[in-house]
Amino acid sequence: MSIDKTRREFLKKSVSVSTGLVIAFHIPGMIPATQAKVRPFEPFDLNQGEINAWLAIEPDDTITIRVAQAEMGQGVFTALPMIVAEELEADWRTVRAEYASANRTIREEGAYQRMGTGGSRAVRHSRPYLQMAGAEAREKLIKAAAEKWLVDKSECYADYGKIHHKPSGRSVSYGALANAAAKISVSGVRIKTPEEFKLLGLPKKRLDTPPKVDGSAVFSIDVRRPNMVYAAVVHCPVQGGTLRSYRFNAVRNMPGVLQGIKLKSGIAIVAKTYWQAKTAVDRLPVQWNIGDEGKTYSDTFRNEYSAALANEGTIVLERGDTKEALESSEKIIQSDYFVPYLAHACMEPLNCTVSVEKSRVDIWAGMQNPESVLNAVAKEAGVAHENIHVHNCFLGGGFGRRSSNDFVIEATKIAKKVGQPVQMIWSREEDMKAGAYRPMAAMRFKAGFDLDKQLTAYTNHSVTHSILKDLGADVSSGIDRTSVEGLANMPYAIPRKKITHTIKNTHITSWWWRSVGSSQNAFAMECFMDEMATEAKMDPLKYRKKLLAHRKDLLDVLDELEEKSSWSKPLPRGHARGMAIHECFGTIVAQAVEVSVDKYGQAKVHKVVSVVDCGNLVNPLIAEMQIESGIIYGISAALYGKITIEKGRVQEDNFDTYQMVRMQETPVMETHWLLSGGNKWGGIGEPGLPCVAPAIVNALYRITGRRIRSLPVGDYYLQVS
Amino acid sequence: MVKINVNGQQYELNVDPSTPLLWVLRDNLNLTGTKYGCGISQCGACTVHMNGQAVRSCSIPVSQVEQFKIVTIEGLSEDASHPVQKAWIEEDVPQCGYCQSGQIMTAVTLLENNANPSDEEIDRAMTNICRCGTYQRIRRAIHKVAAKGGE
Repeated sequence: MSIDKTRREFLKKSVSVSTGLVIAFHIPGMIPATQAKVRPFEPFDLNQGEINAWLAIEPDDTITIRVAQAEMGQGVFTALPMIVAEELEADWRTVRAEYASANRTIREEGAYQRMGTGGSRAVRHSRPYLQMAGAEAREKLIKAAAEKWLVDKSECYADYGKIHHKPSGRSVSYGALANAAAKISVSGVRIKTPEEFKLLGLPKKRLDTPPKVDGSAVFSIDVRRPNMVYAAVVHCPVQGGTLRSYRFNAVRNMPGVLQGIKLKSGIAIVAKTYWQAKTAVDRLPVQWNIGDEGKTYSDTFRNEYSAALANEGTIVLERGDTKEALESSEKIIQSDYFVPYLAHACMEPLNCTVSVEKSRVDIWAGMQNPESVLNAVAKEAGVAHENIHVHNCFLGGGFGRRSSNDFVIEATKIAKKVGQPVQMIWSREEDMKAGAYRPMAAMRFKAGFDLDKQLTAYTNHSVTHSILKDLGADVSSGIDRTSVEGLANMPYAIPRKKITHTIKNTHITSWWWRSVGSSQNAFAMECFMDEMATEAKMDPLKYRKKLLAHRKDLLDVLDELEEKSSWSKPLPRGHARGMAIHECFGTIVAQAVEVSVDKYGQAKVHKVVSVVDCGNLVNPLIAEMQIESGIIYGISAALYGKITIEKGRVQEDNFDTYQMVRMQETPVMETHWLLSGGNKWGGIGEPGLPCVAPAIVNALYRITGRRIRSLPVGDYYLQVS
Repeated sequence: MVKINVNGQQYELNVDPSTPLLWVLRDNLNLTGTKYGCGISQCGACTVHMNGQAVRSCSIPVSQVEQFKIVTIEGLSEDASHPVQKAWIEEDVPQCGYCQSGQIMTAVTLLENNANPSDEEIDRAMTNICRCGTYQRIRRAIHKVAAKGGE
């Protein structure tokens, strides 16, 4: 396989290409290794200079740093190498990135620690050991130079890709030392504290941008293997249903069709090209076994969830006697909130390429969890772990969806029966309907006030579809901790509070979705905070400050938001600001949004001002992009996001029925950092999202006088009061 | 046989004439820079140029493009040197990157038709979906190209 052949060279040699002819040697879009700054998909050809599992330095001083987390847009292919390079005292211009090997981490017992990507953990969890990897390599290089020069290593130091000998002024570049350094061991290595950083904190440009503007970036859907065929799949329209029968003879003679493969809850058609496979699977007569799940509706679910709010629930947290306090309160306010299931809708539909040989399996996919994929494929294929090779690619969006192995296992099942490499692609419709969704939830809040409008007690009961239960985890306690994120640890000082929870699942599969529990809980809780402020006849921002007097970090963020958003400055009629604050994944975000209502009764978001305290920043440019990304994802969910079930079937199946924000609806976004420093390293991929929906809804209340308590906002016709 | 002209190359392909151009580009010509997103002209990830106009290749049968010159992201420039590509790098637009070929192809025709588009004109022309939400940076990049006079 020639990997340095460019596409254009290839094309010049292949003027006439007929269907079904599979190009054996060509990897699309592969740029020459000498130019490539990032290289998911296949490792660089490195035979020497590996100083530790995380990095290798070639004789020409090129530094290859391995990234264990998935590049799904959040910038890990730049941010994580920066952490290693900081300690390595590398010349950043010589750094390139590639994926760490899941196969190796299994063979070498955790060489890459934890390879999963999720929970906004990439920086906040891996930073210490990535710093250590860089520092250890630096010390090895120093020692190698000292041994080469026959001097004491205390006289040597590392700077900008070279080791220098202070007394003599001599220097030697890393590339010339790497092989010797690889054989050296060091101990007692110290890592830097934030004051010592030179590279971290700089807005370095992303290494993966160039291949993403010329079409050369390889996503898994772009993988081409020798003799590869394609599979299109249709799943039972009611989740949990099974395949009863299908009539392959009806499509057998269609062009390119090779075989039909029965799956437990679906059917795959394999053909020479994807379009042939998809055309055939769309025409395939199929019958399903569907149980009582086929009689369910979103409206029924919603009624059942609402009814369950009246139950006691399991106590998550209790401080003081809320029952007595509420009974003796002058006034009680009570509100019920509701959120629907949501799809991830990554731009790249789920797909996976698999090659199954007798004693080896290769997987090419966009994976948030390559290690878990490897384990699952080993089990499915009955092949030893060390013979499973998973090749991660750039992910065309993840948002949690690609942390599930469902699609990879399905592709493996298909490939086992095909006998040649196969690329399975879920159509957009399958991607959306056979999804794994952000949980549906209902939440009830109560707050009691005395004669002076002082808060006496607060209770909250959530009824939520449990992801952990779907995963088969033990939830016999009655609590799924991921469902009460944000609710259980709400920061407000309240004299008496009681948080209860009920797990209630349907036949729909739930899954981690950007910001998980906070995505629904911050919406409901932060809207109810505004309701409490209204009852207390206070400005919502000032009311929060009153209840957060004990939390200087949150107060600082609120003060900054008040100033940066010009919170008190009047807006034209029909416009209003709303705000919310939420802490999740170790990061505090407060947002103020300016919203108006258009002539069609729809909300328009004009501006979002964010104040973020994530403690420290690796790369402010990438972090800002993530805050903007969370905001847009959040507006899509707040205004339009809804998965509807009818007769047990998901109704939304493409971007025409599952709308999302486009350019026209994009607000001006301003991000302000209020970094508290110290040892705090908060996540950044998810915290930009949770405040968006409540801030919008809180603003709309100020415009319409009407309190929206169920998402999406687009379900309502809004009127300026 | 279907005859098409892509990126200045003439091809004769033995494909079903009803096959969408998108899949011919990807599966027959291995031009994988053009992406599949929705298949129904909603998202624009598959945008290519047909005689200089942005079209959604997922919804055009290959037989209908025989008379036209098709340009894909791979044919936009030899070395990512098109002003729009340069602006995309300067303004740090891409995140996951999957939709960006289509965004760039759409922006190129917008700027060819209108050298200095207003925000409203950008809103109307740029209807492609980006799930990562890079829109603010796309807008900035388009304005940047305009400010530099398309250089």
